[in-house]
Amino acid sequence: MLKRLFPHPLLSVVLFVTWMLLVNQFKIGSLVMALILSIIIPWMTAAYWPNRPKLKQLPAFAAYCLLVMWDIIVANIQVAKIILFMPANKIQSAWIPVPIELKTPEAITMLAGTITMTPGTVTADMSSCGRVLLIHSLHAPDPDAIRDDIKSRYEARLKRIFE
Amino acid sequence: MNGMDAYIEYAISALLVIGGLFGLVGSFGLLKLRDTMQRLHAPTKATTVGVGSALIASMAYFMLIEGKTSWHELLITLFLFLTAPITANFIAKAHMHLAIREEDMPATGVGTDWATYDPEMEVVDPALLEPVQRN
Repeated sequence: MLKRLFPHPLLSVVLFVTWMLLVNQFKIGSLVMALILSIIIPWMTAAYWPNRPKLKQLPAFAAYCLLVMWDIIVANIQVAKIILFMPANKIQSAWIPVPIELKTPEAITMLAGTITMTPGTVTADMSSCGRVLLIHSLHAPDPDAIRDDIKSRYEARLKRIFE
Repeated sequence: MNGMDAYIEYAISALLVIGGLFGLVGSFGLLKLRDTMQRLHAPTKATTVGVGSALIASMAYFMLIEGKTSWHELLITLFLFLTAPITANFIAKAHMHLAIREEDMPATGVGTDWATYDPEMEVVDPALLEPVQRN
């Protein structure tokens, strides 16, 4: 019964919390509305996620989010330094192909998003077979180090969380 | 106003100034950097902390000074994190189509093309590109 009411528990929880945050104050009415939405929307959209990924380790996922937050702050300071103090002709930008081992689209999307949000790197493209990401780095005196850093710091963690 | 309130206000003001500085650096980057791909880095990065600290300042103000809890800032953060990478990716891909030749790109190393240049990835229905007949 509970399984039929909440076929996608995580989505229901996200919808419930999002609605309560949108309302911005605690009222019984909005609690009921949040509950209704968290039942109806997963039910209506069920056709769009036939092979949804299982988030295996929620604590690991939370830890990953914190790590990315921290990296974003560090990234901002690094990029700000480059913009402010490095002469424009000294900035060595580079395209870096990063071979990836992740298979699920959700994990790859998370990795691509993480790369874009962190130190001086943007995900620009993917090979058509889906096994290599193309990354542009603002300042990359050593492209191999950036590639290895992405693989060990983010990809390894995502692999444990999603696959 | 007692001493504690003053410290809270100092902290909130500091956050606002930090946010403003990062926004300024992001905009300055747009002027200073030399090509589109480099410029893409300035606003997507330098402004996340800029917006972030403004949002933390807003939450802290409502919570500690006004005595109300405001959660909208968390949602703004969430939506920013969902949309920023996608926008950056779209700009990068459009720029690759318009200004960068495939020969100038590094090889994928696995034998297939980058998706942006791969003719087999053309998913647009040609009929959609024809001008719509209007009366």
